Amino acid sequence: MKKIVIHPITRIEGHLKVEAIVDNGQVKDANISGTMFRGIEIMLKGRDPRDSVMITQRICGVCPEPHAIASVSAVDDYAGLTDKIPKNGILMRNLILGTRSIADHILHFYILSGLDYIDPVKVLEYEGGNRNLNALKYFLQQGYSRPFLPRDDIDYKFDAKTTNTIVGHYIKALDIYRKSQQAATIFGGKWPHDAAIVAGGVTEKLTADKITEFIWRLEEILDFVKNCYLPDAIAVAKTYSEYLEIGRGCGNLLAYDSYRIKSNGNYNDTLLKGGLVDNIDKYSEIDINKITEDVTHSWYEDSEPLHPGSGETEPAPEKEAGYSWIKSPRYNGKVYETGPVADVLSTYFGKQDPYIINAVNSALSEIGTDISGMYSVAGRHLGRALSTEIMADQLLKWARELKAGEATAVEYIPPSEGKGIGLCSAPRGALGHWLNVKDGRIYNYQVITPTAWNASPKDKDGQPGPYEQALIGLEIKESSRPIEILRVIRSFDPCTACAVHMVTPKRDTIARYKIV
Amino acid sequence: MDIKKSAPISVISIQGQNCTGCVTSTLCSEYPSIENLLLRDIIPGHKLEFAFHPNIMTASGKLAMEILENAAKKKGYVLIIDGAIPTASNGVYCITGEKDGRKYTILEETLKLSLDAMIVIALGTCASFGGIAAGNPNPTGAQSVGDVFSANDIKTPLINIPGCPPHPDWLFGTIEEILTGGLENVQLDDFKRPKTYFGKLIHENCPNRAYFDEGKFAKKLGDEGCLYELGCKGPITYADCPKRLWNGRTNWVIGCGAPCNSCTSPEYPDFLGDFYERIIDLEVPANKRKAKIQENKFLGR
Repeated sequence: MKKIVIHPITRIEGHLKVEAIVDNGQVKDANISGTMFRGIEIMLKGRDPRDSVMITQRICGVCPEPHAIASVSAVDDYAGLTDKIPKNGILMRNLILGTRSIADHILHFYILSGLDYIDPVKVLEYEGGNRNLNALKYFLQQGYSRPFLPRDDIDYKFDAKTTNTIVGHYIKALDIYRKSQQAATIFGGKWPHDAAIVAGGVTEKLTADKITEFIWRLEEILDFVKNCYLPDAIAVAKTYSEYLEIGRGCGNLLAYDSYRIKSNGNYNDTLLKGGLVDNIDKYSEIDINKITEDVTHSWYEDSEPLHPGSGETEPAPEKEAGYSWIKSPRYNGKVYETGPVADVLSTYFGKQDPYIINAVNSALSEIGTDISGMYSVAGRHLGRALSTEIMADQLLKWARELKAGEATAVEYIPPSEGKGIGLCSAPRGALGHWLNVKDGRIYNYQVITPTAWNASPKDKDGQPGPYEQALIGLEIKESSRPIEILRVIRSFDPCTACAVHMVTPKRDTIARYKIV
Repeated sequence: MDIKKSAPISVISIQGQNCTGCVTSTLCSEYPSIENLLLRDIIPGHKLEFAFHPNIMTASGKLAMEILENAAKKKGYVLIIDGAIPTASNGVYCITGEKDGRKYTILEETLKLSLDAMIVIALGTCASFGGIAAGNPNPTGAQSVGDVFSANDIKTPLINIPGCPPHPDWLFGTIEEILTGGLENVQLDDFKRPKTYFGKLIHENCPNRAYFDEGKFAKKLGDEGCLYELGCKGPITYADCPKRLWNGRTNWVIGCGAPCNSCTSPEYPDFLGDFYERIIDLEVPANKRKAKIQENKFLGR
């Protein structure tokens, strides 16, 4: 038996540690640990409900826009505005969330995960005219190597030609990331942390030139998604085909309805259909009242698993059984994974949308696998690329539906009391915000993020979280350079600032946080 | 053109209680682009070497910790810190890594790495002033880099580049100023912010200023007029957003019809009242903040 500790895990959002117990080259047990504690919800107590849209975005600077959408949906819900948001407002929110999600997925595949599969040093053999590749080649020839080296030598499998193509896309991805954020900023006001998303709609006024500018900027992004990103994700699945089996996880998926679209004259349908997918392909509707959070192995005082919005949590950094700041969300007591694969497959089985079925099936047949291949390291990369492609096609459609000069928001007239729920699909999966208002101020606010689902520690029944389940049974070739573990973890796209956002009140000496 | 090359400047980036928004913002830098920053120069003749950066480096775990250790041996580096530093319970609320069974907190790393840096840049409002991470009631004892320096008597030069997020130009422009004009010539205000970017109020350059002067105020979001009545904090906020604009000059906060919420201020986010309510009890324009009065009002509501 040997214990492998990896800390820090780099190329992710935030602070994360993995401990794996390895016996005979196989992981027997794993503990995932979020090692930074900050907190947002308590700060919201007593504030104007509208402020939550600005404050909760600061939970995460990699994916602030889904927090804005979930939060504004909760505020709209509480204020009775959900059905009154003008068409332009709904579409612009979709465009901001969709465009920024595309940027996020591209950043994840190339900049965060890419170096696990491609070897940029191979560019030294490059003979061609690509300006970016030649800049990298010259950089290496001069003897520079940071931040690419030093590194562990691992099994890079792509030949030099394919490597250089993908390395070229890695550098191009930085440009596309920037351009995607610029495009979304036309409607959102600023990246990161959009200012234009407010209760009642979006503040940005629509003019024909802004719509035109957005569409033409989008064009270049779509080209990259279809001709670089999706083919590269497929290439990883084909070349590293063992990773279609590795990192399977819990095999159950959870997703929320997301992106409002028109159906029979109103915007009550959604592009992505939420739900549960159990045991690979059994779809069922979701009942969010069955969500609870367990703290058995989290650094909080013990309590029974509780529904978000009820219960009491007190931090306990010295707790013996604790090993993470992340709590363990469970659905009906069971472990669920969330993320783009969950979004895509929940819509695939729950909505039977022919376009999505076709997109998924054609990618799977090109790789030579079936739906079960989606539950793996390579499957998660593919799911992310597929959800990006699906989104990219929708964005153009939505942008063309915008009407310059028409209203983008309705006036916000808040009731003094009420509750609201906001759910959406974030780049990392199912995100939920729960709002409770009394006397016109926030009385309680609760957030459950996708990475809390995925990176959760073991619960009271000893069930490991999805990351942990994906690691258990993993074969490690060399314990001194456990690239397999890193590939599994990064396939989930961890966002630990999101996962740990709880905070305790000061009250000078007593650290006690009461969620009512 | 002949360019005299100087030796590359090593940059070490470490992260406390952050949201990585400072990184995703600077990743969108246009001139210089990140591609040019990484592979070529920040400006011709001046190269930055990203010796340690948790979001882009290949290595993880033990090797990453060794890289950090080795990078720190070469004195005179630029240390960039984003996120606040939790100081309660010996900094246990943010552990950045582990080597040979020993855990390292961001507090320890800040204290250790600051000593041999040529300059420490506190990037973003959390590192500059505590920001969101130190938001009331601040149970983790989150502090700004400056507060940690004062408490531990660290004398290394410090520049604050606040903003939630900071504009990429504010960071890279400041580094360019240091490399070309010398650290001693970078003009800072009382809050250690470079005057080049934080020397004027949003209000002084705001395109809605004429509305303010003639008393035409928007009554609800979407109306024509100055957003002062709707909570705009432009009159008390130092930053050049109205002239610089954001994200390839596509837009900015007031440009998209939303009120400025003063994210570059030391008082952000707690002591400025509600985001969508008119600034109360502050002189306009205000050089002296009545933060304490604001705090009491805010907590007593």
